[in-house]
Amino acid sequence: MNENTKKKIEDIIKSNDVCLFMKGTPEVPQCGFSLAVSNVLKHLKVNFKGINVLEDNEIRDGIKQFSDWPTIPQLYVKEKFVGGCDIVKEMFEKGELQKVLNIN
Amino acid sequence: MSLKISEIESLIKEGFPDAEIKIQDLAGDENHYSATIKSKIFTGKSKIEQHKLVYKALKGKMGNELHALALTTIEG
Repeated sequence: MNENTKKKIEDIIKSNDVCLFMKGTPEVPQCGFSLAVSNVLKHLKVNFKGINVLEDNEIRDGIKQFSDWPTIPQLYVKEKFVGGCDIVKEMFEKGELQKVLNIN
Repeated sequence: MSLKISEIESLIKEGFPDAEIKIQDLAGDENHYSATIKSKIFTGKSKIEQHKLVYKALKGKMGNELHALALTTIEG
């Protein structure tokens, strides 16, 4: 990953408390896993920034290296990698995601 | 590109010799799977670390030959 891409990703996660790197947009997700995470966040009424990796190949490949995680979607909260679809769903079911997001 | 259940299972077995593994082909297309893996190796590790260990056992196939694998990891 080049420095520009790394900086671009760092800027995104620094300027948004909740970022979802996803395929498609929160309005029109293009993949079932991205849809699932997006729906969980909407259900919790969380404001989040959706980053459509299908529009930017550098971010699409870069975020996988950045997080050392091979798949999309990827959720970041306060600059910290929370997980992919399975982890986010599991955390939601256990109430752990709500804690990370500071929702009671 | 696709990967058979038996190939996924043997890669996971290699990485987690003690594991109890259940794999399902969700769509019947050799492309969308779910796996439940129970192993002592997961004990005391975060979910992110647990899933990363599984991806490592799959030797870079996750996100490439293997498009979708819904993962559930259980401490054994």
